[in-house]
Amino acid sequence: MTIDMEQFHQVFFEESFEGLDVMETGLLNLSPGTADMEEINTIFRAAHSIKGGSGTFGFMDVSAFTHVMETLLDEMRDGRRQVEQRGVNVLLGSVDCLREMLAAIQSGDEVDSKSVSTHQKELEIELNGSRSEATGEAAEIVVPEPDKAEDSAVNLGWHIIFCPHVHLMKTGNDPVRMFRELEELGDLTVEADFRGLPEIQDLDPEECHLSWDIRLEGDIERHEIDEIFDWVEDDCDMSIISFADEAEKNRPAEEDLVAGEPIVEKVVPAQETAKAPTKQAVKAEPEVKRPENKPAAKPASASIRVDTAKIDSLINMVGELVITQSMLSSLGEDFDMTKLDLLQSGLSQLESHTRELQQSAMGIRMMPISFVFSRFPRLVHDLSSKMGKQIELKLSGENTEVDKTVIELISDPLVHLVRNSLDHGVEMPDERIAAGKPALGIVHLNAFHRGGNIVIEVTDDGNGLDGDKLFNKAVEKGVVEPDTQLTEKEKFDLIFAAGFSTAEVVSDVSGRGVGMDVVRKNIEALGGHVEIRSKLGKGSTFAIYLPLTLAILDGQSVAVGDETYIVPLASVIESFNLKPEMVSYVAGRGETFRLRDEYLPILRMDNLFGVHRTESGKGSDGLLVVVEGQGTRCGLLVDDLLGQQQVVIKSLETNYRKIEGISAATILGDGSVGLILDIPGLLRLANR
Amino acid sequence: MASILAVDDSASMRQMVSFTLKGAGYEVIEGVDGVDALNKAKGRKVDLVVTDVNMPNMDGITLIKELRALPNYKFTPMLMLTTESGADKKAQGRAAGATGWIVKPFNPDQLLKTVKKVLG
Amino acid sequence: MARKEKKLTEEEKAQEKEVQRNLVQYLSFTLNSEEYGVEILRVQEIRCWEPVSRVPNVPSYEKGVINLRGAIIPIIDLRERFQLEEANYTATTAVIILRVEEEDKTRIVGIVIDSVSDVLDVDKRTVQESPSFGSKVSTDYISGLVEVNGKMLTLLDIDQFLSLQEEEEKELN
Repeated sequence: MTIDMEQFHQVFFEESFEGLDVMETGLLNLSPGTADMEEINTIFRAAHSIKGGSGTFGFMDVSAFTHVMETLLDEMRDGRRQVEQRGVNVLLGSVDCLREMLAAIQSGDEVDSKSVSTHQKELEIELNGSRSEATGEAAEIVVPEPDKAEDSAVNLGWHIIFCPHVHLMKTGNDPVRMFRELEELGDLTVEADFRGLPEIQDLDPEECHLSWDIRLEGDIERHEIDEIFDWVEDDCDMSIISFADEAEKNRPAEEDLVAGEPIVEKVVPAQETAKAPTKQAVKAEPEVKRPENKPAAKPASASIRVDTAKIDSLINMVGELVITQSMLSSLGEDFDMTKLDLLQSGLSQLESHTRELQQSAMGIRMMPISFVFSRFPRLVHDLSSKMGKQIELKLSGENTEVDKTVIELISDPLVHLVRNSLDHGVEMPDERIAAGKPALGIVHLNAFHRGGNIVIEVTDDGNGLDGDKLFNKAVEKGVVEPDTQLTEKEKFDLIFAAGFSTAEVVSDVSGRGVGMDVVRKNIEALGGHVEIRSKLGKGSTFAIYLPLTLAILDGQSVAVGDETYIVPLASVIESFNLKPEMVSYVAGRGETFRLRDEYLPILRMDNLFGVHRTESGKGSDGLLVVVEGQGTRCGLLVDDLLGQQQVVIKSLETNYRKIEGISAATILGDGSVGLILDIPGLLRLANR
Repeated sequence: MASILAVDDSASMRQMVSFTLKGAGYEVIEGVDGVDALNKAKGRKVDLVVTDVNMPNMDGITLIKELRALPNYKFTPMLMLTTESGADKKAQGRAAGATGWIVKPFNPDQLLKTVKKVLG
Repeated sequence: MARKEKKLTEEEKAQEKEVQRNLVQYLSFTLNSEEYGVEILRVQEIRCWEPVSRVPNVPSYEKGVINLRGAIIPIIDLRERFQLEEANYTATTAVIILRVEEEDKTRIVGIVIDSVSDVLDVDKRTVQESPSFGSKVSTDYISGLVEVNGKMLTLLDIDQFLSLQEEEEKELN
């Protein structure tokens, strides 16, 4: 029977990567000096599974590498080894190395054997201490002992005396099974010895009181017999003597044995024979070879893990939909106007089911942000120790769900922001103490929903941003003109200008300011934006705002002249008829209106978008839609509200390009294209 | 058709074991850990249990011990999947009532050979 | 005799092959009674003119966007693009949907033209490079001139032509 093991590889890789994440998280949670048994056990189990799987699926180098990690973890688990920061760091490094190894194997690339052997050495040094360095070379040449004596002469057969202990059968073993196996090796004669049998009234049928005298003829190797009795060696007394040896020996010895005397010759303990090849595998030469059955390079399929509850609700929805559909179609068979009510209720059911189905389907794409957050404890751990800073990472809102695409695309920008906070935000411990703060700095990653957005914040309690310093730097770099008037907020935003760095010393942590502009671009590509809040000396918050879901939007259609635009419903605060007396003018031009206690600017959409008007006479007597974007409010003056609907977002940039004030397009009910307004973009456009 | 309860917390190993055994005509019940396996074993009888040792919630050795205590499983063969380094595990397993073991890594042929050995 | 004939046909065949190898098919169309051609391999489809959704604050030759089976496609008016006199859209006004190859992606763009004429075989070797017209006419997006059936055909370099458009916008910004 041949089985294509490759079919299990994908699952193996997936679970191994998960296992590595578990190990990483566990290792980061381990505090040196203490032994959280549960945590160590979890880490150990993950390593153990990877080792077992990789061995089974033929990735011997992975298996060998993991074995060393496992041994180290095993010692920690048994309390033979203290949990020390150094060991944890070595293990963390190995986790990374293993991850790379697996990724390389998965994609069919060459494994970086140098890195592997470096990490393996580190592990072995950690494992064996200085001993390894001294004996390392010698240890590598452990070769399994060859089967010595048995090979010397042609064997005629074996005399086996097998005296099981009474409870042998309670382990599910059965002497008959073993005899059957022996029979396959050669000619078998078995004689049962009933002498140990108790009286019938004392007989427990679940116990074994027989022993056997077995003669097995043929050229059979000793280990073949050992294998058969391997499982029961501790549950029996037995002797295995070759006919040749027996002839040399005195018969009486054997007589004694049958009487239940201690065993003369014991089976070579199974674990010893089994151990030899292990050692060889572990101490394999540092040059890790690629496994023979190199898997063909296969692109990883874009799969998604979905909570079964979500699938269930989806299936329920489909069920409902089918019922509604059959109801409607039977209604259609003999329809007359008396059934209009039924039709209408059926249609409204259909509508609500379709909507729910759509929501469930969209929900499948939603994943908790913890998929992204989980990598940060490690990052902060590594970077802070590298920089000599004391930083605690706080995570909250990890269960906030975001679209799968967001998960994939937000990771890099977020890493950059966190690095930035570690590097430029949180100060060195002595500086912090001098500033009257605790030496331990805090970086807080938080995710939550607000309005139509998901907000991801990176907050530090560090030094904060110095707007004037940023401005001067920007002038120096030629990013802004010296006489430009900027608000504090705008000064902060200078950080996102290309080629801008504020660190006095360029560090290898957050680099040379390259990237903050890319961070903003990436976030904007997701339809989001970044905001900075900062207080000098107190700390900064970088808040990323992203649309909740990328593909569907609740929209308010508005008419401007003959054109139709969509306002994201989430940004609409309210709408009302604008009477001319509500408008006041600033400097004779800027139109504003008062909403409760706030004066807000009016954006005349027809002017802003250059809409040609066929009919004249529409003055300021239009509809004002009050909207909010990036924390700023304004009123959009439109001609009419057309209705609310869910629209499917289509990118304008796929075939066209970015248009200021427009975030995307959608297809309206009549098949024409409607443009979706980008409120922050409109404000920028209006301020030009 | 003999039924086999295959227990492993690793999905890939479980799949491999299950696929191999099913391919050889056995009925396979899968368990993801000791607790799951014990629940599945209760109230029925399987002809063989093949279990991993290191598992969350309940490990393989405890599982074997628990199963042995059930009347239905007094003499049922139970095999542990152990690694070569698990010498003490083997002893523990035997003490708990394991019939034998299959040493990891193993290939489908080795698995089938061993299973045939105990199921006949 | 027979041998000679055979030899001739082989020569002819070789010549024919050479011609075939250099043949490129162009879709020709008229614009202000001038003839233009685009490589037919780039043409996805030809459609009648239909109203577009206007996009605000873009050059007037970018007429707007349409819904092409679910994709949002920009429509460029070639007359306006070339600063020819504006013509009213008529029954023969057509939109050629083209595939524009950029460095990392392919875009679908529609161009508005007066009317579609023909599919022409053009021997690459007969294509002449566009002469310079000074600053009056930009020739960057003209891949060459060729005479077909006694009329001059201006071959458009679509990729160049639409990437130019991007650059101009960058300058505008």
